[in-house]
Amino acid sequence: MPVIAVENLSKTYWVSERAPGTWGALKSLVHRRHRAVEALGGISFTIQPGELVGYIGPNGAGKSTTVKVLSGILVPSGGAVTVLGRTPWQERAAHVAHIGVVFGQRTQLWWDLPVIESFDLLREIYRVPREDYRKTLDELVETMALSELLDTPVRLLSLGQRMRCDLAAALLHRPELLFLDEPTIGLDAIAKLTVRNLVKRLNRDQGLTVILTTHDMDDIESLCSRVILINRGKILLDGTLERMRQLVTTERRLVIILADESTWIDGVQARVIHRDGARLTLSFDPDQISAAELIGDITSHYPIRDLYVEAAPIEEIVAQIYQDTHT
Amino acid sequence: MRPYLAIVSAGVRVMLQYRAAAAAGFATQLFWGWIRVAIFGAFYASSSATQPMSLEDTISYLWLTQALLLLLPFRLDSDLVAMIRDGTVAYELTRPADLYWYWFSRTLASRTAPMLLRAGPLLLVSGLFFGLAAPDSLSALAAFLVSVGAALLLSSAFTMLMSISLLWTIAGDGISRLISMIAQFLSGSYVPLPLFPQWAQPALALLPFAGLTDTPFRLYLGHLPLSSFPTAIAHQLLWTAVLVLVGRLALARGLRRMVVQGG
Repeated sequence: MPVIAVENLSKTYWVSERAPGTWGALKSLVHRRHRAVEALGGISFTIQPGELVGYIGPNGAGKSTTVKVLSGILVPSGGAVTVLGRTPWQERAAHVAHIGVVFGQRTQLWWDLPVIESFDLLREIYRVPREDYRKTLDELVETMALSELLDTPVRLLSLGQRMRCDLAAALLHRPELLFLDEPTIGLDAIAKLTVRNLVKRLNRDQGLTVILTTHDMDDIESLCSRVILINRGKILLDGTLERMRQLVTTERRLVIILADESTWIDGVQARVIHRDGARLTLSFDPDQISAAELIGDITSHYPIRDLYVEAAPIEEIVAQIYQDTHT
Repeated sequence: MRPYLAIVSAGVRVMLQYRAAAAAGFATQLFWGWIRVAIFGAFYASSSATQPMSLEDTISYLWLTQALLLLLPFRLDSDLVAMIRDGTVAYELTRPADLYWYWFSRTLASRTAPMLLRAGPLLLVSGLFFGLAAPDSLSALAAFLVSVGAALLLSSAFTMLMSISLLWTIAGDGISRLISMIAQFLSGSYVPLPLFPQWAQPALALLPFAGLTDTPFRLYLGHLPLSSFPTAIAHQLLWTAVLVLVGRLALARGLRRMVVQGG
């Protein structure tokens, strides 16, 4: 049975508008005009236990709206949603007891209290039996290296430390499903890697189902086997990263470092898209010429010090898709 | 019940960190108390009419007002305000708890702890040096304590209404200032309620504000006889129930607006 089944989910917000200026303000006291904004225009997908799904899209695409509906915060305008066998907004209390939520930009810990006191409080709120809590906490402290942070007031933690604690806080009641909303936002490189490794481990070792929304494509590339890409309230793509690449371009890149900076390359079935001294980036279509052929062709004509093939960065792919859907 | 008690105790621990604020508050309230006692002393000296409350009782009443000033629904729980403003309220909705009682517990803690921190030293100092009389009797003291407990609940219910109004106004300072002004005046914090004109008394007794400070203080002084203790407590609790009910309805509406409106 899927963990999440979403069918034809839609959500329309009513935004009140008023004309600018004093007159507009006065007029709006008597009569307000409302405009419908469609945040979700009928989306459907299912997620199986143990999946780690990246849910991406540009700002205002409907990501947060979806996450809020799935976590029981928001009531949709239409469609059917089942999460762990329940309809989130109808059985909110029962539903939220089984999910964990982390909003990267906010903290669920009490600012002025040591971390452990927030944890203890969450134990009470989720009514976790004492022994279970002890066990889970020990595990989390171990895997997330929290032992030194537990007695520190939250306001004294660095953002990376706080995020680790927030992640642990979301897992104390052993949820079956975890929503991560931009968990790496604002983190430095090391902290990002730490968070990613944690998420990966939780998913792999404990079979935790994870829905991740992010703007950081490295998050997606290192974590998610499956990506759901939405824009303007519609799903554009639901599949592997590879499929997402193919949607935009099959283009590959060959980076070569020339032995001699003054060499000019032409007459090969590839386009120079970037040149920086001896370092050249060529773009080629693998349907026209295989990488092996191209490399053979180049190395037989030019002195090369080094070379490697790469796919277009996922960042660019996504930017391309966003752009295409905006015009 | 357990989770809510845990929230109250966590809230109290947060508040106990603000000892410097308590010390400053102690000094300010002592100073103001001293001035107010002097002013009322001058009033009594310049009037030959019999007053509804003796000068000694009035002085004690004034000191109780100073010591328990924070019983009043003054400022809002700043964490809660920030939460509503920046949207962290979303987290609160992912808790398997009743949001009203969850917030009520926080509010109760932020009402109780700072008040206790200041009340102890102020009661002691004003009792020793500035004319606060001992409670009328041991049972008056017990009645006072119970009534302060009820006043805390009442005040928290008031504060909750003010906090909930933020769901609509976002910048809620206006409303909360207005309400706390009205509450201070009608609860007898400026002028003790027994000194209000006779015609105002029935209304004052009916309104919820008397239950915030006037009721416990008069029980302390014996100005309200012990026989009226049950009625006094019932008045406090009844108003608490009404405000809780209104608060719950308002919160439900506000949340419905929010969950429909999103953001």
